[in-house]
Amino acid sequence: MRRIVSILLENQPGALSRVVGLFSQRNYNINSLTVAPTDDPTLSRLTITTIGDDRKIEQIIKHLNKIVDVAKLVDLTEGSHIERELLLIKVKATGAQRAEVKRVADIFRGDVVDVTPTMYTIQLTGTSEKLDGFIQALDGTTILEVARSGASGVARGEKILSL
Amino acid sequence: MLSGGDMLIRALHDEGVDLIFGYPGGAVLHIYDAIFNQDKVDHVLVRHEQAATHAADGYARATGRPGVVLVTSGPGATNAITGIATAYMDSIPMVVISGQVTRDSIGLDAFQETDMIGVSRPVVKHSFMVQKAEDIPMVVKQAFHIATSGRPGPVVIDIPKDVTDPGETFPYEYPETAKIRSYSPPTKGHSGQIKKAVEILMNAKKPIIYSGGGVVMGDGAELLTKLAQKLGYPVTNTLMGLGAYPATDKQFVGMLGMHGTYEANMSMNDADVILAIGARFDDRVTNSDVSKFCPDATILHVDIDPAAISKTVTAHVPIVGPVVPVLEEMLEQVNASKVQIDEEALAAWWKKIDHWRERDSLAVTPAEGEVIKPQQVIQALYKVTNGDAYITSDVGQHQMFAAQYYHFDKPRRWINSGGLGTMGFGLPAAVGVQLAFPDAIVACVTGEGSIQMNIQELATCNQCALPIKIVNLNNEALGMVKQWQDMQYGGRHSHSTYADSLPDFVALAESYGHVGIRIEKLSELEEKMKEAFAIKDKLVFIDVCVDPNEHVYPMAIKGGAMSEMFLSKTERT
Repeated sequence: MRRIVSILLENQPGALSRVVGLFSQRNYNINSLTVAPTDDPTLSRLTITTIGDDRKIEQIIKHLNKIVDVAKLVDLTEGSHIERELLLIKVKATGAQRAEVKRVADIFRGDVVDVTPTMYTIQLTGTSEKLDGFIQALDGTTILEVARSGASGVARGEKILSL
Repeated sequence: MLSGGDMLIRALHDEGVDLIFGYPGGAVLHIYDAIFNQDKVDHVLVRHEQAATHAADGYARATGRPGVVLVTSGPGATNAITGIATAYMDSIPMVVISGQVTRDSIGLDAFQETDMIGVSRPVVKHSFMVQKAEDIPMVVKQAFHIATSGRPGPVVIDIPKDVTDPGETFPYEYPETAKIRSYSPPTKGHSGQIKKAVEILMNAKKPIIYSGGGVVMGDGAELLTKLAQKLGYPVTNTLMGLGAYPATDKQFVGMLGMHGTYEANMSMNDADVILAIGARFDDRVTNSDVSKFCPDATILHVDIDPAAISKTVTAHVPIVGPVVPVLEEMLEQVNASKVQIDEEALAAWWKKIDHWRERDSLAVTPAEGEVIKPQQVIQALYKVTNGDAYITSDVGQHQMFAAQYYHFDKPRRWINSGGLGTMGFGLPAAVGVQLAFPDAIVACVTGEGSIQMNIQELATCNQCALPIKIVNLNNEALGMVKQWQDMQYGGRHSHSTYADSLPDFVALAESYGHVGIRIEKLSELEEKMKEAFAIKDKLVFIDVCVDPNEHVYPMAIKGGAMSEMFLSKTERT
């Protein structure tokens, strides 16, 4: 099952490598990883999406908690949550396809952020599933380049991950 | 005002460290000069950095205080890795200080540069790279706090050479507390869970207490003994837990696991309630298929590390906390409990266990004539030392024989590499133990394979005048490898023998300034052992020729339940 784990991590040199190293060392998967400092510059927020059964996820969370640099963490998928990912995609847009690509982008509420006579760069945000859907919908066209940020998320309502 | 190098040594002293193990080199020369200029912190020069870590490790296991290591950058640091990994697997508190190239050369592939933080990352509890000299006192404080609290483990402090420059001085103040907002190990167990566990424990019909290294390292042996004796339940110890419950007590059923006693493994397999405390259901205990592990048992698991709980075997009642407060609370609740232990069921359980005991799975069949069985050497060692020595061990058959036949009545007396299984551990570990307890009897049980992995430490023993007794079970082969090759590879001894190229250990010991004794006949075993241990001021290398064909039994059958064992070359359960 896909899980989203959000982590508050000390913004220290080497801290990120401890988190990433744990996954490879214990044979866990990282599907995506986002990281950036929070409003408190001494803390980074990481979001990791991973796949595993309950037992594996429990182990991952326990081991993450053991890392000294990990201040706090939450499994967002345990409750209702909001997740967003950013996609930048370059698509060939010539001839009849030019209009079709634009139309599909509009349906998914994507924005064309860069244009040349032969291609579009489209920006799209949403759940990872929505981005997957958009890429699938562009199946008939020539995709030149895909850059995805990986999912980032917060819990719904008043639940807060902070120190 | 102090330089970075002086601050480091001063901080170690303020932390209560009076002895460190190390080996100098370019990146730590400022620090070595700081050591030279004071007399509070003593330094032991080893002959290889791996040995420094094992010596510090042995010191930590025997005393409970953290071991401290100082090595240079590059090869000094990488040589220390095996010892750091050994300490990590067995949760030993240790602080390893490694030199690093100067800050402006980091990343430039400078001479003797290694990314120590990166290389050590999977085998440390935490690590620090010191960015500026002013940080040294707080980093040292935090390193010791992390190494010694919670589930203990090794911590690396990597210090660039220019940070310890004697030309730059700074104000020094040692912090009283280590403030780490993201680190808070548990300080007590959950009372509700403890209550639940005690109730199950007291209602058990066929209980067993399975205790591990955590009880030794957490100083819980006395409380565990009290609890077990109050309940009257059988106790088994893991390899790491030997000594946590007195081995000569009637409630002790022996070590469990791959080479555990028949009665310990049978009791585990048949138990209805298992109180696992400070033990981690290691694969050498559970055997490879955990689905067959103790099928009828309700498992109560006490561990300071939440990640150790339900990692391989699911715990029915998990209790996260240090052993001492958890055991105290358990004892209180047992004393206050209204539940009456079912004495009839317990008596029937003991009867069953005694029946298993009658099988006498550790009986030694003497060989023909003067051939010495390795087990007989440990029995003689036990007798000659009155069972009261510190025994360090290497890894292999001799380690198992020592665990099986030296009956440890006290914690911290049995010092071996259980988790990583590091050959070469025994002699340097004995160095650490003997330095911690100069008047104690310290024996290193080893084999001719393991001892050669850190034999150079005979020089350290000479320099420090350490009267260690080395008991070398010399079977002219890598015995445990050979045993597996006998049992699983049709007796094809691929690269496990070297009888034609062994050194003369007596002459070797003598060349290092020690005494060497060779024992070849059973009739002279005890007498010569006595002779060796009567030499109080010298290291004695006792090279004992033992039966090369002996196997360690009992031995768990791969993939089986705990009740499935080979009991000899011809019998199985």
